[in-house]
Amino acid sequence: MEYKLIGKNFTPPDIEAKVTGAAKYAEDFQADGMAHVKIFGSPMPHGVVNSIDLGEAEKVPGFLAALVPDEVKQPGPAGFPILSNKPTYFGQPIVAIAAENEQAAADAAAAVKVDMTLLPFVVDPLESLKPDGPDALEGGNIASRGIDFQSLKWTGKDFAMVGEDELPRGEAPIEWMFGDIEEGFANSAVVVEESMVHATNAHQAMEPRSAAAYWENGKCHVWGSTQSTSFAQPGLARLIGIELSDLVFVAEFCGGGFGGKATSYPLMALPALVSKKIGGRPCLLRVSRVEEYDNGMARSGFQGWMKLGFAQDGKLLAADMFMVQDLGPTSGFRDYNNVGIASTIVYQPASMRFRAVPVLTNTTPKGAQRGPGENQAANMVEPLFDKAASELGIDRLAIRRINAPGGGGADAKIGAAQGPVTSAYLKEALDKGAEAFNWVERSANSGMQNGSRARGYGIGQAYHSAGSNGFDGLVRITPDGILHVHSGVGNLGTYSYASTSRVVAEALGYDWDNVVIERGGTQKHIPWNLGQFGSNTNFTMTRSNYVAAMDAVLKLKEIAANAFGGSPEDYSLENERVFKTSDPSASLSFAEAAQRAIEMGDKYAGHVLPEDIHPMTQASAKAIAGTGLVGVAKDNLEKEGTVPALAVGFIEVDVDLETGKVEILDYVGGADCGTVIHPDGLAAQVRGGAVMGFGLATTERHVYDPAYARPNTRTFYLSKPPTILDVPLKMGWVATDQPDPQNPMGMKGIGEPLQGAASAALINAISDALGGHLFNRTPVTTDMILNAAEGLPQSHKPLATNTV
Amino acid sequence: MENYGPYDPTLDYAPGPATKEIAVESGKVQSWKPLHMSRRNFLRSVVCSGTVIAGSGYLFTTLAPSRADARSVERLVSLNVNGRTRRLDVPPNETLATTLRYRLGLTGTKIGCNQAECGACTVMANGATIYSCSTLTHRVRDKEIVTVEGIASDDGTLHPVQQAFMDEIAPQCGFCTPGQVVAAVALLNMNPNPTIEEARMGLSGNVCRCGAYDHYLRGTMKAAERL
Ligand code: FES
Ligand code: FES
Repeated sequence: MEYKLIGKNFTPPDIEAKVTGAAKYAEDFQADGMAHVKIFGSPMPHGVVNSIDLGEAEKVPGFLAALVPDEVKQPGPAGFPILSNKPTYFGQPIVAIAAENEQAAADAAAAVKVDMTLLPFVVDPLESLKPDGPDALEGGNIASRGIDFQSLKWTGKDFAMVGEDELPRGEAPIEWMFGDIEEGFANSAVVVEESMVHATNAHQAMEPRSAAAYWENGKCHVWGSTQSTSFAQPGLARLIGIELSDLVFVAEFCGGGFGGKATSYPLMALPALVSKKIGGRPCLLRVSRVEEYDNGMARSGFQGWMKLGFAQDGKLLAADMFMVQDLGPTSGFRDYNNVGIASTIVYQPASMRFRAVPVLTNTTPKGAQRGPGENQAANMVEPLFDKAASELGIDRLAIRRINAPGGGGADAKIGAAQGPVTSAYLKEALDKGAEAFNWVERSANSGMQNGSRARGYGIGQAYHSAGSNGFDGLVRITPDGILHVHSGVGNLGTYSYASTSRVVAEALGYDWDNVVIERGGTQKHIPWNLGQFGSNTNFTMTRSNYVAAMDAVLKLKEIAANAFGGSPEDYSLENERVFKTSDPSASLSFAEAAQRAIEMGDKYAGHVLPEDIHPMTQASAKAIAGTGLVGVAKDNLEKEGTVPALAVGFIEVDVDLETGKVEILDYVGGADCGTVIHPDGLAAQVRGGAVMGFGLATTERHVYDPAYARPNTRTFYLSKPPTILDVPLKMGWVATDQPDPQNPMGMKGIGEPLQGAASAALINAISDALGGHLFNRTPVTTDMILNAAEGLPQSHKPLATNTV
Repeated sequence: MENYGPYDPTLDYAPGPATKEIAVESGKVQSWKPLHMSRRNFLRSVVCSGTVIAGSGYLFTTLAPSRADARSVERLVSLNVNGRTRRLDVPPNETLATTLRYRLGLTGTKIGCNQAECGACTVMANGATIYSCSTLTHRVRDKEIVTVEGIASDDGTLHPVQQAFMDEIAPQCGFCTPGQVVAAVALLNMNPNPTIEEARMGLSGNVCRCGAYDHYLRGTMKAAERL
């Protein structure tokens, strides 16, 4: 279909502020009389506070107030407290100090004396599962959404039954299966069985999670760093202990989130609570990089075991997986779940059993990080496909093609229930990517040596669910003819807040220059939108914007029919005018129609609203009622099945066998994201996702000292995100550009799997350069490469976590 | 809502007020006015009023307490920022990033790490890039400092680097962008026709977690063409 705006590049309205420095992030908030907040973090990984002595802190000139755990609301078991009397990880905030300036706040925080008793702690999930292993929290070591907080120990026999290099597999609270795996393995020509470890790693957004707040006239004003302007609000109000309607929230820019700032989080509420204590005075909590590493969430790691059975042609007949997830000290995120789901959609196994145990540890709290579970799955499973291809004597592209869902995905199945998907073109993405990369010809050079350098090639695939439904859209045409699209989606840097708003302009036939996007906080009267996470924005927001646009279309026609007679169906829209199809002279400009909407009032101007919209949308619509023609609706469009975002990556590397250095020579990323809505934006995501993937594959990891449970990777230098010198000079991209039938304009999301496809491809390419050596550990570090190249044993135990 | 999205720690909290009412400890409730000042107004107020400088005390330097007994004569410094010289009262241990952000209100300069690792705080001193988070203000008292706010012309015309970064959709989250802009402008000032390798080296002090390197690099090359 030919679109005027969809599929075309544009300049996102907020980008100029980014290049001039005018963009205001949470930490850029400044106010008269602003106080500074600093935290006193736990000096131990698990302990109980016996007493807090503020005597010395209060003497620091400029000290204003201290907030202690007893004064703040506490969450349920395995929750994530704002301040805690029973810290469960190193650096967890115990006391917050407000002072006249940041120096005084820091001095006072340093002068706080907390008497604590150390409690048992653990950083390795398997240690906690041992019969006499420590629990990370008093009273339990297992928790997750849907699993009650409890203690789970495996038997000595569970551990004794396997060797040191195999994951023990005791009782698992999560288990599902479909098909007959015994039969599948019996019919398999090749069975691959491996145990593996995936590290945890920090989100490392460039902007730490700073926040600012003040109170005025009973309302709490918060400046926060979040991916999700609307979706973050109910939780933030809950943390602060106020009604949603008493929250004034500003979140115009977010300096990186990657899942770590998906919604709101405890630290975001802290300045508001401290401010309340000092009469509502503005408070800024500037979070340092080290505090960000301690409290800023991280991707969960895994200790895993997998057995895959393949037919001679490469078809996956049976998959058996067992995952132990490092959950951190809170109920965290169900990454384990996504390992299983991703495997079902990407490889379409004929039969599968999946078991998992999420285990609490005294490490930094874990949250979703770009492709949570799905991208770890890519890094763990994809190498096994290379091994199987080698044993079966088939090409690595071929073994992926034969299993990949394609042709629209009518036969594709997903999840334990083997449900349908809305569309799938993974096979096509593989084909397009392989062609752009010239896989067949180039991969023939695999293993080629040039001095100490060995050439390697790799393919990776990844999945993430990419769309939701049931959220609201809110648009408005003002009497000056301007179209206002109200968006609460957030501004993570994908520009999808803008590209999804273009759907409204497309549907109404608007010139993009006449469109204003109202976003950035409650003051802009935003509707209830899903957050900017889970690769869902393109699918979810285009739907909700579309239904609001359709509501505006209908109202425009009704207004015209009211003016010129006939029924709404007799009218058409073009060039920002509504006119009688049979007599174009009977017409109103959108500006005139907006004026009439105000005069007609009622639903036309937003005085009467649909009943099924969210209270947030109700409030926002009421606030703009009477200022123009208001289009507002809940997305009740049909949705059946899971929306899959699917990505592939092709990579060429040189591995220096003498230094272990990996040089990425070329990369092509491919996306099945439905209709391409914004090509430049997609290109940026394909490449940016790949860069994060390169870090995930080779350098990034959280390391907690197993003896003291202290974090040892609290700098960029040690936790190492890729720099410009770690990535190839040019990176290519392709997209299938096949519309998803359940989105009015064919879009679905893509952000997350772009990372997993790249990381898996890189891991596979390194293995390829080393003659197919399987590391079964992510990241593949320089040290590991050198040991493998020299045939030396690795310096860590096979299933150890927190390795360097 | 439980069905959507990533880990939301707030779901573990019951709605309603804080368990204990937080008592107001001091001060009466008054009207707080966020300083949505234009840069020009702020700088004017800085220049015209000594009290603003002394009053905006929310500086942060190091964990060592700032000494009140530091002789005031040692603290006064003339600082040339974006072509204008200002007289400021700055403790000897204050970093340039702190001075720029919290005394001069030039919040375009970001602090990503505060430990010379990321380049978010990059500014120019006599044309060379420095990490302002790890440079003491007193050290650059005789240098000309240029921040991201000083890159565009006075009439608001964007520098070719800024325009090219926009054209290439180089910024994603934008937090590293001010540093990338300053680094690219400094590079092109010294080397108007860099090879792509030279441009890459010129930008190598700036970490971008969004991974937009390719786009910043293309933007820099495009700007070089247009210069
Ligand atoms: S903030 Fe200065 S280098 Fe990171
Ligand atoms: S654009 Fe986000 S860190 Fe560079």
